[in-house]
Amino acid sequence: MSYELLQNLWFLLIAVLWIGYFCLEGFDMGVGMLIGLIGKDKNGDPQETERRKRLMLTTIGPHWDGNEVWLLTAGGATFAAFPHWYATLFAGFYLPLLLILVALILRAMGLEYRGKGDSDTWRRNWDIAIMVGSFLPALLWGVAFANIVNGVPMTGSAPALEYAGTPVLSLLNPLGLIGGLTTLFLFLTHGALFVALKTDGQIRHDARAFALKAGLVTAVCAVIFLGWTNVNTGTALSWALTVLAAVCLLAALAAVKVARDGWAFTGTFVCTALAVASLFVALFPDVMPNSIAGGQPLTIANASSSQYTLQIMTGAAVVFVPIVLGYQIWTYWVFRRRLTTRHIPAAAHY
Amino acid sequence: MDALDLARWQFAITTVYHFLFVPITIGMSAIVAGFHTAWVRTHNPQMYRLTKFFGKLFVINFALGLVTGIVQEFQFGMNWSDYSRFVGDIFGAPLAFEALLTFFLESTFLGLWIFGWGRIPEKLHAATMWLVHIGTVMSAYFILAANSFMQNPVGFTFNEKTNRAELTDFVAVLTNKVQLVTFPHVITAAYMTGGAVVMAVALWHLRRPMVGANAPMYRSAARVGAVITLVASLGVIVTGDLQGKVMTEVQPMKMAAAEGLYENQTRAPFSILSIGPLDGSKATRIIEVPGLLSFLGHGSFDAEVKGINPVRDEYQAQFSQGKFTQDATTAYTPNIPTTYWTFRLMMGLGFVGLAIALLVLWGTRKGAAENQLAPKWWHWAAIAAPFMPLFANSFGWIFTEVGRQPWIVHNLMTVQNAVSPRVSAAEVAVSMVIYTLLYAALAVVEVKLFLKYVRLGAEAIPDPDHDADAARDDADAPLAYAY
Repeated sequence: MSYELLQNLWFLLIAVLWIGYFCLEGFDMGVGMLIGLIGKDKNGDPQETERRKRLMLTTIGPHWDGNEVWLLTAGGATFAAFPHWYATLFAGFYLPLLLILVALILRAMGLEYRGKGDSDTWRRNWDIAIMVGSFLPALLWGVAFANIVNGVPMTGSAPALEYAGTPVLSLLNPLGLIGGLTTLFLFLTHGALFVALKTDGQIRHDARAFALKAGLVTAVCAVIFLGWTNVNTGTALSWALTVLAAVCLLAALAAVKVARDGWAFTGTFVCTALAVASLFVALFPDVMPNSIAGGQPLTIANASSSQYTLQIMTGAAVVFVPIVLGYQIWTYWVFRRRLTTRHIPAAAHY
Repeated sequence: MDALDLARWQFAITTVYHFLFVPITIGMSAIVAGFHTAWVRTHNPQMYRLTKFFGKLFVINFALGLVTGIVQEFQFGMNWSDYSRFVGDIFGAPLAFEALLTFFLESTFLGLWIFGWGRIPEKLHAATMWLVHIGTVMSAYFILAANSFMQNPVGFTFNEKTNRAELTDFVAVLTNKVQLVTFPHVITAAYMTGGAVVMAVALWHLRRPMVGANAPMYRSAARVGAVITLVASLGVIVTGDLQGKVMTEVQPMKMAAAEGLYENQTRAPFSILSIGPLDGSKATRIIEVPGLLSFLGHGSFDAEVKGINPVRDEYQAQFSQGKFTQDATTAYTPNIPTTYWTFRLMMGLGFVGLAIALLVLWGTRKGAAENQLAPKWWHWAAIAAPFMPLFANSFGWIFTEVGRQPWIVHNLMTVQNAVSPRVSAAEVAVSMVIYTLLYAALAVVEVKLFLKYVRLGAEAIPDPDHDADAARDDADAPLAYAY
């Protein structure tokens, strides 16, 4: 394969890894945020509330860690295939990434430790960790991607470009914020639909009702965010993907209306994939456009690794991505059964 | 402190902390998988209890290893962006391989193992923990290959046009001679650590007055842990010796720094202890073994070992004008007291760990009477045992990384050229404070939870459910495990 083809292939593969991350962790972040909302029993019964929270966490229990590895692989692949992209992005978005890391730490600890303690205080504190730890990345990834695709100020000579904006504040521009709200509400909807798909009983109805409301907010945010981004830097293809994403989201909400949870979840899943794809198409052939007028951008061509490295990585990806997909899909099959609060065993150490 | 110093401290703190959990994860995953296999094969309820008991401790430990590992992957780009630019073409690949080939394996199959009770066939269930273990070992291979490149760069060329090091031979990177001795050294040390944890926890229970009928179960666990600790520690010694010889060849400064040897010397001695500043002004060694350093470095008691000063002069002549290799602060010499003492602490603690394993094996031998099974010193041995290999690991890493200074990649790039140029000291300081506070708080929570489950004991586990297969078909039965 020619060098240029390999570079473009790796841009595509990194897009695929981010799509995998947002489609999968998107719903488990959503469920994490929603334990305080959908988890609450309407009659105020604290025991039922606890069972509902545990039920929700159990639906994502076997999967969240594997979902998160899509992020680690996206990070590792960016490092290996586009070292300059990795360097400019990670050093430049320093404080938002720090916040995301802290959030991921608290969330993972909360998921794993919450059920291992006895006191209400212990569980309440980890509930907060799980909710905040899911909320921050859900918001901040949207902020980050809005800024990446629409460009940030960078100085230096390509490819050794350095982010030159004010830490954090430059990223919190209106477009960044609407991007953050888009991912936030998209993942809330996606998470609620996962709960609807994986549970039965009252909680399933509550999840559907929530998804419908959150989905409408998502639609509004997404139209503004993706429309604005496409006006800035879009192509015919990115516009088409955006429109298809919107169609999928609306189809998902229609499916909720007629109580087809599987179709509804598929709808937000595909919507997420198309929306991320649309962002990457809009980004192409840059990896980080420069918002300073006349400034050099970081591009697929100037940020990439050598041809040899890309060849090695391509070999690994061709063999192992299908294997990984195979066993991850299999775990979803293993834990495919719908659960209800009756399935949640009494709290026990083992 | 400037951003460079802060970034160095941050890497040191977060790495040493991360590596407290890693070896326990590697070692214990094998032991839990072993207990699980024994349960599936024999249906001995004691094995079931040991699987779940140590499995729970494993998961408590794994969670922290996982989250602190994410920080490490991000840190290269955040704090060391010029390093990432310079070697990303080579260094990134093992990291990407690690994520794709091993992180997915570990996380997916651990999820299956944790939630799999009563939901997947038992043989498959035991196999999931073995896959987790294979994932941890392969993960260690890739990250150590990346580290070995920093100790002894191979399989690359410097590209003038792109101004960076570029990969030419990936197999050479994976079979770096430093890697081939470092990987077995680290893995055997991990088995030693995991074995010591299992041994210590079981011993502590064996010592309790209420152990009663559970004594044989804890006794077998203690012996399993002790045998693993003992055998692994012998592996650590052999691989450590091999490593010393490779290190002397590729990083002569590090071996000189391990002894504080300033001038070239044939039949170089190794001091067990010494007093004084270790700055070469005067030698005040307390116990000295003649020729031992020569043997550690070259396999012969008479060989010449290079000293710090000649190597330093060589480096200054060769590298002080290089764009990526200048070194403004350390004059190409690592911090000698640190390398000297961490080298001894690493070995010393390792030997104490070995000795405790031997004592435990003797104390739990077949002929030992029941009351002999619980002598007083066991309590102390139990408490101390895991800390020996754990801290030996930390000191080993501190030695090998401090001994590499001022290089980030040996003879190719110094640390001062590697730090992120636009990240401010304030940003690094903020993240440092946050990580340190968060890590400290999590350590307290983790240890408390770990000890709580240690105290609960394997006896807290309900009898194995022989109708597990039937339960799988009963759609209304409560789950065997839920969050």
